[in-house]
Amino acid sequence: MKRLSGFFLLAVAIVVLPFIFPDNYFVTVVGVSAGLHAILAVSLNLLMGYAGQISLGHAAFFGIGAYTSAILTTRYGWNPWPTILVGAAFTGVLAYIVARPILKLKGHYLAMATLGLGIIVHIFIVQLGWLTGGPDGLGGIPTLSLFGWEVDSDARWYVVIGALLLIVVWLALNIIDSRSGRALRALHGSEVAAEMMGINTAATKTGVFVLAALIASVAGSVFAHQQAFVSPDSFSFFFSIELVTMVVLGGMASTYGAVLGAIILTFLPELLVVFEDYEVMIFGGILMGTMIFLPQGLFVGLQELLRKLTRRRQRAAQAAQATEATKQKEDNHGVA
Amino acid sequence: MALLDVKDLTISFGGVTAIADLHFEVPESQVYAVIGPNGAGKTTLFNMLSGIYRPNEGSIKFQNQEIVGRLPHRVAKMGISRTFQNLQMFFNMSVLDNVKVGCHLRTHSHLWSAALRLPNILKEERQAQAWAREALLFCGLEKYINMPADSLPYGVLKRVEIARALAAQPKLLLMDEPAAGLNDTETVEMRELIRRISQAGISVLLVEHNMGLVMQVSDRILVIDYGSRLAEGLPEEIQNNPKVIEAYLGGEVQYAV
Repeated sequence: MKRLSGFFLLAVAIVVLPFIFPDNYFVTVVGVSAGLHAILAVSLNLLMGYAGQISLGHAAFFGIGAYTSAILTTRYGWNPWPTILVGAAFTGVLAYIVARPILKLKGHYLAMATLGLGIIVHIFIVQLGWLTGGPDGLGGIPTLSLFGWEVDSDARWYVVIGALLLIVVWLALNIIDSRSGRALRALHGSEVAAEMMGINTAATKTGVFVLAALIASVAGSVFAHQQAFVSPDSFSFFFSIELVTMVVLGGMASTYGAVLGAIILTFLPELLVVFEDYEVMIFGGILMGTMIFLPQGLFVGLQELLRKLTRRRQRAAQAAQATEATKQKEDNHGVA
Repeated sequence: MALLDVKDLTISFGGVTAIADLHFEVPESQVYAVIGPNGAGKTTLFNMLSGIYRPNEGSIKFQNQEIVGRLPHRVAKMGISRTFQNLQMFFNMSVLDNVKVGCHLRTHSHLWSAALRLPNILKEERQAQAWAREALLFCGLEKYINMPADSLPYGVLKRVEIARALAAQPKLLLMDEPAAGLNDTETVEMRELIRRISQAGISVLLVEHNMGLVMQVSDRILVIDYGSRLAEGLPEEIQNNPKVIEAYLGGEVQYAV
């Protein structure tokens, strides 16, 4: 159960928060948005943090999911649920097709290619006005309903997205701690050695790319139904960069780190509003500071700091014991 | 029948022929060493044997099956594993996880079943854990099991690489300079490890510069120079072969004078 202790902690936090702060804007509104970001960051982290394949186009898959749901429900009158599946299927196929050629690239080249992918998808969304509503976006997207339970309030969306986040975190943790997860980390560590251990690196990269895209697509669909409105701005290049920042800030190759990064980057701008004009400057300063002082990311960095502190305390305790023991010995000698 | 049968092997890089018309046979359950001066083409040979390079000509048959044209992960599946001259550790993982990756071919779960943690995953994890432990114990690494790979000294990592390769249960293990950079004690340990591997029934193809080690552990030796076969035979034959002495040791004598 140790493997999932962090997961249970997260679950408890998600359940308890709305009871401690009922009807709180930061919990049910910003929290929902943080939850969605966390889902995206966790999926991107599988690809980027664990498998070491950078993607600057993750928002594209989020956007495809969102627009598939938006278009099918508003223009063709579909029930929202199947549109989530259709969006995921469409995204999955697209990701599969582009994965092979793109993932042959490494480092900066891969970053460029995924950047291009994100921009292309964004252009499609803006230009296909007859379908997507163009720059004005699409409104009137119906909300989800589960056996008559309409997800029509902030609190209910909190429940849905909280549950979805827990599912995604659980899936990610399971993957990491398995044969496939080790294959991902191995190809990050040394591609040639991974191949030599029998790992089909091309197929493994494709697999994780598709999986990350699928999760992003589902998150996109849910986002569309929750907002009831989508516009191209939500899926731009800048959002992809924001997602990368969440992963890096929280800590690469740490699922909880990705969640933490997403939460911080969602809440920080809300909290910095009080600084008005200086908001962006302080925001940038915090990012720079974290990268300089905690290059492994907040989560891993803080974990290590904690470990160091406890170790120091232990050592101090041991030292105290040792001096006590020698003192006793000396006392005994004195008696003898 | 030979375990590995290499015929007419040739590869060139941009007009420079690295290996020319090389042929040799590795018999089953032996330690077979490949030696030669720096730049003779030993690592290039290894990269062809493991599917990383594709030769321009020639064939490499492992248990009568052709290696040429297979990707490395396909070659691994045939029962060939290897270590690397310059470490290729997974530095982002623990020692145990590194070696568990070696069990990749002996386990079969997929991304999707792993994501849902279906019951077979737990069983597989326990199995992989046991195999990895066994390989680590075999290489005398039990005290490093839970350490992160990036915290360990070079000599230990060399052995972790071997444990990782052994966890795949290969029939043939390619070892690229296992003693390079090791001190005397570590070299002796490495010699014993190579012997144990051989005794366990695994054939070893060894590239090594430490002549003492090569002469002590090898059953047969192949000498290559400028990518061509210079001599082949038992260790004592090689030691007394005038051509080998000239190509290999002769240069050193000249320097000494």
